[in-house]
Amino acid sequence: MSQRALNTSPEAIAKNLRRRYRYERVMEAFLVAATVFVMVPLVIIIYYVVVNGISAINLDFFTQELGSPARVQTGRPTGLYQTIIGTLVVDLLALLFVIPFGIGAGIMLAEYPDHKLNPTIRVITDTLNGMPAIVTGLLVFAIIVRPVGSYMGIAGSVALAIIMLPIVARATESVLNQIPWSIREAALALGLPRWRMVLSTTLPAARAGIVTGLMIAFARAAGEAAPLLFTSLGNNFAARSFRGYLFAPVDTLPQRLYDLARSPYREWHAMGWAAGIVLLTFVIATFVIARVATRQRT
Amino acid sequence: MQSTVPRSAASRVIARTPPAIYRWLGDRIFATFIVFFGVCILVLAVLTAWVLGSDAWLPIRTFGFFGFLTGTTWDPVAQVFGAWPFILGTLITSICALAISFLPAIGVAIFTAEYAPRWLANIINTVVDLLAAIPSVVIGIWGIFVFSPWMRDTFYMPIFLWASQNAQGALRFLGAPTGYNIVTATIVLSFMIVPYTVALSRDAIRMVPREQREAMFALGATRWEVMRQAVLPYARGGIAAGVMLSVGRAIGETMAVAMLIGNSNNLPYTLFGPAATMPSVIVNEFREAVGRLYSLSLIAVGFYLLLISLIVNLAAAMIRRRLAVEGSRGI
Repeated sequence: MSQRALNTSPEAIAKNLRRRYRYERVMEAFLVAATVFVMVPLVIIIYYVVVNGISAINLDFFTQELGSPARVQTGRPTGLYQTIIGTLVVDLLALLFVIPFGIGAGIMLAEYPDHKLNPTIRVITDTLNGMPAIVTGLLVFAIIVRPVGSYMGIAGSVALAIIMLPIVARATESVLNQIPWSIREAALALGLPRWRMVLSTTLPAARAGIVTGLMIAFARAAGEAAPLLFTSLGNNFAARSFRGYLFAPVDTLPQRLYDLARSPYREWHAMGWAAGIVLLTFVIATFVIARVATRQRT
Repeated sequence: MQSTVPRSAASRVIARTPPAIYRWLGDRIFATFIVFFGVCILVLAVLTAWVLGSDAWLPIRTFGFFGFLTGTTWDPVAQVFGAWPFILGTLITSICALAISFLPAIGVAIFTAEYAPRWLANIINTVVDLLAAIPSVVIGIWGIFVFSPWMRDTFYMPIFLWASQNAQGALRFLGAPTGYNIVTATIVLSFMIVPYTVALSRDAIRMVPREQREAMFALGATRWEVMRQAVLPYARGGIAAGVMLSVGRAIGETMAVAMLIGNSNNLPYTLFGPAATMPSVIVNEFREAVGRLYSLSLIAVGFYLLLISLIVNLAAAMIRRRLAVEGSRGI
């Protein structure tokens, strides 16, 4: 792409072409190198988590509560039973909270495209999506934990639901937008009112995509520790009843992993790695299922 | 509905007035609910700003808006709080992380969007998305027990020992070779934000119309020349916005940074020393904060964090609009 005066002799053209092809190959090598360079950390991290954690995973890990540090130091069985149950309760509750709000907002953005508030809602949703998770933790601490006076599992669920909300809303919107208007017009032409049209034709048609969006949001929220530290706090012991998982401090995997990694006990570090395996499996499984579901749809 | 023609059963069904829920009532109820859910998002945003802002009021009134922003002392014992060390830590780590990750990330985006065969691109995209899905704490525990010690033994310690023999003047800038410092945190942060940069710039590159490329190929350009002169200029708005959003991610990234940066509340004076970022100081101290002013000051740090992330996100939206080539759809 030289700007010099054209030298059209055959040798010059060949030389020019060779130079350009060489440049092309150099750039291609750079792109391949960049790709390998970016993918290496993933392999390294997963390798170390598995190698270091696998020894601490046994039956006790899933059936015993963590207890005090003395418990592991005196060699009594200990595990993360309360953490795994707590994670399931808090995460699924968060999913339950977000479903109506996220999908509802998505329907508003996609099915009422002329609504005056939509551009504002879109900008705000994207901003919320970029908001640091820890800010959500502070917010929920200020509006739920502080007035009630106790750290609670439910507060953790609310925080995670707030993190999922913008992702679910935008995913629902984009899936609904992919559904051709002719389907909606067909439903309306049959005399269906708008609400029935949405509930009976567009939502069922978009179901797979909406579920995928929910799962991606779920995978993201399940790995978040920052908003849980000030909301569900953590708990070394299993709750005696189900209410204890809702209205008392609850352990969750990311937060427990953080606390174990910072603890001074070697045994707890090993359990931290094991918690890493469980968390990673949980998140990646959710993610892969969402991915596979998407691929089948298209 | 008066008619002399005898009516069939079907026409009688049609002639029957449908229930109110199928005429005007249903749509109104539905629209009310849907708009309510949409408005909840607006309420949530306002609530976040208002709650954090009102909590931040006490420290802001005590130290002044800019006094708190630029105060360099964070001393819970003396009850003096200034957020500047953390703001500086946040800016240094996120900008350096972006500088490290930018070229590789763009490279991956170009490779998957233009060079790689479809099956390979699918695999790479899945792996990159998986990288984004790895929880921050998992990367943090790897950083604490594997990466930091490795960095210490391979780089910091030898350099420190060498400097103690040969260049004692440099020791001030090397800090204690613990392995937990700004450099370590920044490197880890840089590959945590790669997936976001890749995904957003890949989308921007894919949005470039095919004719744009074909015209260039028809002139006899090589693939890189097409990228460089036809595709990248067209996608620059989307790429720049994606980079901004990645910086937003880096600013808010909490757990891994908190576990690796060494957590010092003093003003960082060297890249090889410990520091703290805004999210990391909140995570580390909020649960143990004693006293009203102390905990409210941490919330105030969160409020400033919110403001910074708001600015970054809005800037991304503006860049996308400003730099978008006329007629391109953007991302």
